Parts: sequence; structure tokens; C-alpha cells
Amino acid sequence: MHPSETLTHKEPGTGLHPMRLVLILLIISIVMMFAAFTSGYIVRREEGNWLEYALPGSMLYTSIIIALSSATVQWAWVSARKDNVRQVQIALVLTMLLGVAFLYGQWQVWGELVQNKVFFGGTDSNPAGSFTYVLMGVHGFHLITGLIFLLIVLGKSFRYQVHSRQMLAISNCSIYWHFLGGLWLYLYLFLLLNH
Amino acid sequence: MAATNLPTNAQAQGGIGVTVPHTEHDEHHHDEHHEQHWLFKYVFSQDHKVIAKQFLITGIFWAILGGTLSSLFRLQLGWPESTFEWLSPFLGRWIEAGKLNPEFYLALVTMHGTIMVFFVLTAGLSGTFSNFLIPLQVGARDMASGFMNMLSYWFFFLSSIIMFTSLFLETGPASAGWTIYPPLSALPQAIPGSGMGMTMWLVSMALFIVSQLLGGVNYITTVINLRTRGMSMGKLPLTIWAFFLTAILGLLSFPVLFSAALLLIFDRSFGTSFFLSDIYIAGQALNHQGGSPILFQHLFWFLGHPEVYIVIMPAMGMVSEILATNARKPIFGYRAMIGSLLGISLLSFVVWAHHMFVTGMNPFLGSVFMFLTLIIAVPSAVKTFNWLATLWRGNIRFTTAMLFSIGFVSLFISGGLTGIILGNAALDIQMHNTYFVVAHFHLVMGSSAFFGLFAGVYHWFPKMFGRMMDEKLGYIHFWLTFLGVYLVFLPMHYVGIAGFPRRYYAWTGFDAFSQFADMNKFISIAAILAFFGQFIFIFNFFYSIFRGRRATENPWNSTTLEWTTPIVPGHGNWPGAIPAVYRWPYDYSKPGAAEDFIPQNVPYSQTQSSNLPYERDTAE
Repeated sequence: MHPSETLTHKEPGTGLHPMRLVLILLIISIVMMFAAFTSGYIVRREEGNWLEYALPGSMLYTSIIIALSSATVQWAWVSARKDNVRQVQIALVLTMLLGVAFLYGQWQVWGELVQNKVFFGGTDSNPAGSFTYVLMGVHGFHLITGLIFLLIVLGKSFRYQVHSRQMLAISNCSIYWHFLGGLWLYLYLFLLLNH
Repeated sequence: MAATNLPTNAQAQGGIGVTVPHTEHDEHHHDEHHEQHWLFKYVFSQDHKVIAKQFLITGIFWAILGGTLSSLFRLQLGWPESTFEWLSPFLGRWIEAGKLNPEFYLALVTMHGTIMVFFVLTAGLSGTFSNFLIPLQVGARDMASGFMNMLSYWFFFLSSIIMFTSLFLETGPASAGWTIYPPLSALPQAIPGSGMGMTMWLVSMALFIVSQLLGGVNYITTVINLRTRGMSMGKLPLTIWAFFLTAILGLLSFPVLFSAALLLIFDRSFGTSFFLSDIYIAGQALNHQGGSPILFQHLFWFLGHPEVYIVIMPAMGMVSEILATNARKPIFGYRAMIGSLLGISLLSFVVWAHHMFVTGMNPFLGSVFMFLTLIIAVPSAVKTFNWLATLWRGNIRFTTAMLFSIGFVSLFISGGLTGIILGNAALDIQMHNTYFVVAHFHLVMGSSAFFGLFAGVYHWFPKMFGRMMDEKLGYIHFWLTFLGVYLVFLPMHYVGIAGFPRRYYAWTGFDAFSQFADMNKFISIAAILAFFGQFIFIFNFFYSIFRGRRATENPWNSTTLEWTTPIVPGHGNWPGAIPAVYRWPYDYSKPGAAEDFIPQNVPYSQTQSSNLPYERDTAE
């Protein structure tokens, strides 16, 4: 018998599941996009004609909300490890509620910016303000994709497809959600330090 | 129990119609038993081979269109005094009183660049061959995610539809050059093409980027995770290394283009001022304040420079493979080839500002970028010398694919040498925006990548369609194209050194350039003839799909895994188990071996007569 006949059809080159690697690569592409925005921000700021303005205080609250949602998604992951499906569902729903609250908070921040006469576009706008809107908006868009991912995993949990022996979906989802939270904290710090 | 699951050398070499028998061991049940609906088999297919063909056919469509556009503007450049009334049935209003509309000329140049760089040489080249060869050469049933792979093609298709539709807009397609520099691209008042045409360009490119990311993520994951047993990274064919690094470049650079495009969309449609400041148009001051057009160039070229390697590296990989196969020699310097690909990939991210020497950048910064740019000559030269050393005293078989591969090396050398000139800031400032630049990049990246594409199609056609392409027609196609390319681009260097500027509709108003009228006419004739030569290829391609000579399993006596599959591999690629890999992919003309090639899946235990002292099976 030829030795190859005993082979299984694939031999993973790393310990990673292919879908985990796909997720990591997609995260890298998102990182590159925000690297472009923030480095463009710095380059543009150095050139002068830059509007200085105070960041709305409520950004701190939205940051706290998203940090909390990271904790709840971690709770969901731990519960899945312990096969506690009920808690997984509660934690996922809580995470989604916090995510929606975060988005609503960001919307309020935009309102505050407009009240402070920091505009996205138009005659009175300045790239300093426009960049803030773009960073928040593009992050918000990705957060919506994160919410959809949470919804899919929640659906799976109702079909009993999320438990200690089927952790891939909830692991990927929690990695993505942690990433989105971390990304926002980075953006918040970045704006605090460079506005 | 089928001991003949893997064709032996004799089978692989000789027998017409040798098919690998099905075994009971088939742990993967293929789709022969449950017929798929044709819509999912041929249209919304998740099979990497079908998707590869979809990319190829779409790419051929775009290449014909891109070539047609270039023939149109070469007509204008070659015969600036003539009238083109005879074109008005095709171009309609764009012919005004017999003359080509100058704004449409800019649209032609822009769309030619966009189509060729993105739709043909990125999607058509890398999309076709990464899809086709990665699973077959690493020994995988399919891509990591067939669904994402299918989405990748359909995003590309949608993007193609939008770009194609924009050609028929009343205000014309995008016209600000393929680099779409603002403010020209941002202000519809500046040029008609910056209206709806530019909007559609941006939407189309955004979808294109999504397609590239979905594809690239799949290529990387497949190479890392789905290699067959024994296929270590050090045993991968150079094609796979090239596709792998190309996908990484795309993954890192396309998101940056997306950022730039998004900001440009906001500037155009939402009144922001990222790239716009202090602009007067027709005596009117615009509202935009505080933007920086140079910022766009930085963002654009951070993609734009890696993009030229995204275009050329797949061609490099395929040429390495074809040269070794047809010279019947191991590729010279396998590890150096991988190292130089890695070097080129790394350097590609730190040289973008050499496109911007004339933006008023700090001369010190310019010299840093110049230094980094010139370092690229090192890995490029390593590759070139290795190709030449592979040919040296080889037992060369001049197949059509081999001719195109040798042509690739020739064009890469000719075009690469002028890169050393243009990489120097002091020289580039003189040459910037002249035809010298046009000649340089058309040789080193445009024509070379096309030659890689042709070489790949001629070489892998038997595995794609189970038939051979006609060699005689291939030779005619090669010589017409090879001579045509040189006849077009060598004189163009000369015109460029004289200072002839690119993107000019007509130069008859300048005494300095009117002496080049004959030269321009010559270039135009050569370009149009070379373009018509491509129809030989297109005829050959479609004719051979249906009527070509039937192929054998391994017509080129090649060593890589794709040639161990049936003549036309079905879904899942190997009917039985996937072969394991024991050796590197370049065991050609090994001393002591029974034949002049040993496929990767032949264990050392079966080749005692040719084994080197340290060679024994480790994949058990």
C-alpha cells in the first residue's frame, strides 16, 4: 500500500483553525485601514490650519460601555466552556444591548460635536473635526458587523451549537468583539492625545 | 485497495487517457452522485477551478477592452492632425467635427490604466492563477472557504459591471488618471469625468477591494493551513510562494486605498475638506478649507507601490516554475528565490514616496526613499540572475509558455534597468511625467506581467480544460507580441528623454516636440499591430477549449502536484486520497534517476539510484 493512502485530506500547518486564521487576517486588514486614517490624521495635523476643540465628555461614558461589553462577551465565552447555555444566551444578549447602547452613545457624541460647532462637512468644517467623525463612523460600521456576528452566535446557541466542544464560533466572535472594543479605546486615546 | 492511486512516472509521462481509478477509500464523497444544479456548478460555483476560469474569462474581456482604449488614444497621438469621422459610429458624441474630444482622451487614458492595472493584471492574473494553482499545488481539496471565494468573484463581477457602465455615461467615465489625484478627481466643475464617472469609479473600486480581501484571506489561509502531508513551506513550488506573498501585500495595502477612497468620497459628496483647500474654479472660490492633496498621494501610493508587486510577483512565480520545467533543470537558487520575494515584499512598503519626488518633499526624505528604492535592485537582480542561471546549459524545450517566460525575463531586465534611473530623485525630477516613465512601467510591470499571464495560460491550459493550445499559433502570437512590445516601448524612452509629457492630448502646438511626429506614428502603428496580434491568442484560447488536441495528465513532465490529478480534475481535485509530498518541486534531470523528472509525491525509497546521501523519507 502506498503510504499516502493512509493520509487524511489535510494537515493543518498551524494549530489554528482555518476560520480563526481568516478572522485574524480580516482583523489585520481593519488595522491597516485605521492605521491609514490615524497616520493621515497626524500628517495632516502637522501641516497646520487645524481646528483645536475639546472632545465631548460623553466619549468617556461610551468607552466605559464598550469596555463593559468586552467583559460580558468574555462571560459568554467562559459560560460556553462550562456548557452553561442559559448563561451564554444572557451574556450574549447583554453584550448586544451594551453594543447598541454604545452606538447610541456615539450618536449622542456626534450631536454634542455639532452643538459645539464641530462639523463633518460644509463651509465651517475643518479636517480636525471631519477626521473624528470618520474614525467614529467607520468604527461604528464595524461594530454593526460585530453585532450581526453576535446575533448569529446567539442563534447557534438556541440550536445548541455553542458549548465546550463547539467553541469556534463563540471564540471567533469574542475575539472580534474584544478587538472592536480595543480599537475604540485606541481611537479614544489617540483623539485625546492628538486633538 | 488501489496501489495505483498515484500515477507512477511511466503513467504520468506516457499514457493518454490514464485516469486514476476511484477507490473505496474515498473519505470525501464527491458530487458525482448528487448532481448539482448547473447554476451552482458553473455560475455560483464554490469550486476553486471554476472560479479561476471565471476570473480568467472576465480578465480576457477586460484586456480586450483595455487594449481597444489604448488603440484609440494611440490613433490620436499618432495622427493628431487627422479626423476620425469613421470612429463616430462607435464613439458617438465623443467625435466632434471629426476630432476626438480632448476630455474623452483623458477618460481613455484613465480607464486604460484602471482596467489594465486592477481588472486585468490584479484580478485577471492573480485571481485566476492563485485560485487555480494554490489548492492543486499545495495538495488541498479546495480553498479554506469556498463560499468566501465565490463571493470574491461576484464582488469583482459587480465591480466590473459598475466600471463598465460608467463608460457609457453622458459625462464620460473617470478622467483624472488611474491615480485619481484630487483636486482634479474631487471637483465635478474641474472636468466632466469627475462627476458621475468618478463616483462610479470609487464605488466600483470599493467593491473591487472587498473582492481582493476576500480572495487574499482565502489564499493565505489555504497556503498556511491546508498543505498536504509533507508539504513544508520549504517544499512549496515558487508559484505558491509568489501567490502567498502577493496576497499578504494585498491584505496590507488595499485597506489603505479603501481609506483614501472613502475620504475622497466624503470630499466629493459630503462637503468635507480632507484633500481640498484654497481652490478657485472659474473665478469662484470654493468653500473647502484646510485639506491637503499631498496626503491623498501618500495614502494612494502606500497602496500603489505594493500594487505593482501584486501585479508582477505572480508572474515571477509562474515564470520560475515554467523556466525550470522546460529547461529540465532545478530552479537555480530556490532559497534565494524565496528570500528575494520576501525582500521585495518588505521593501515594497517603504518606497512609496519615490512616486512623489516632485511634490516638494524634503530633499533629505527624498534621498531616504531613493536609497530604499535602489535597494530593490538587489532582490530583483538575484531573481534575474537565477532565471538566467536556470536556463544556462539547460535542455531547453521551447514550448509557447517557455518562450513567454524567456520574454518575461527579457522585458523585466529592459524595464528594470530604467527603474534604476527613475529611482534617482535627481533624474526622476527631470523625467517625471514624461513618456520615459510610461515606457519604464509598461515594460517592467505591464508587459512583463502580461507575458507571465500568457505563459501561465499556455502552461496550465491542459489542466484547466483538458486540451492543449495550438503551438504554431502560439509561436506567431509570441513573436508578434514580443517584437510589438519592444517596437512600442523602446522608441518611447527616446521620446521621453526629450521631455515629451505624458497625458497630453496633442503636442503639435510645441515646436520642441513636433519633430517626434514620425516617431509617434511609428509607436502607434506598432501598438495597434501588437494589439491585433492578441486576437490570435483569443482565437487559439477559445478554439482549443473545444477543439484542441487532447491533453495527457502531465504533458510537460512536470514535478508538481497538480499534474498528479486526473486530466480534468473534478470537485475535490483527487479522486482518491491526496498524495503526500516527499521532496522539493524541482527534481529535474537528477543524476542517476530513471527519468529526467521526479514528481514531488514519489518517496525517496522508490528512487534509491538517485538519492543523495542525506535524502531519505521523513514524511512517514
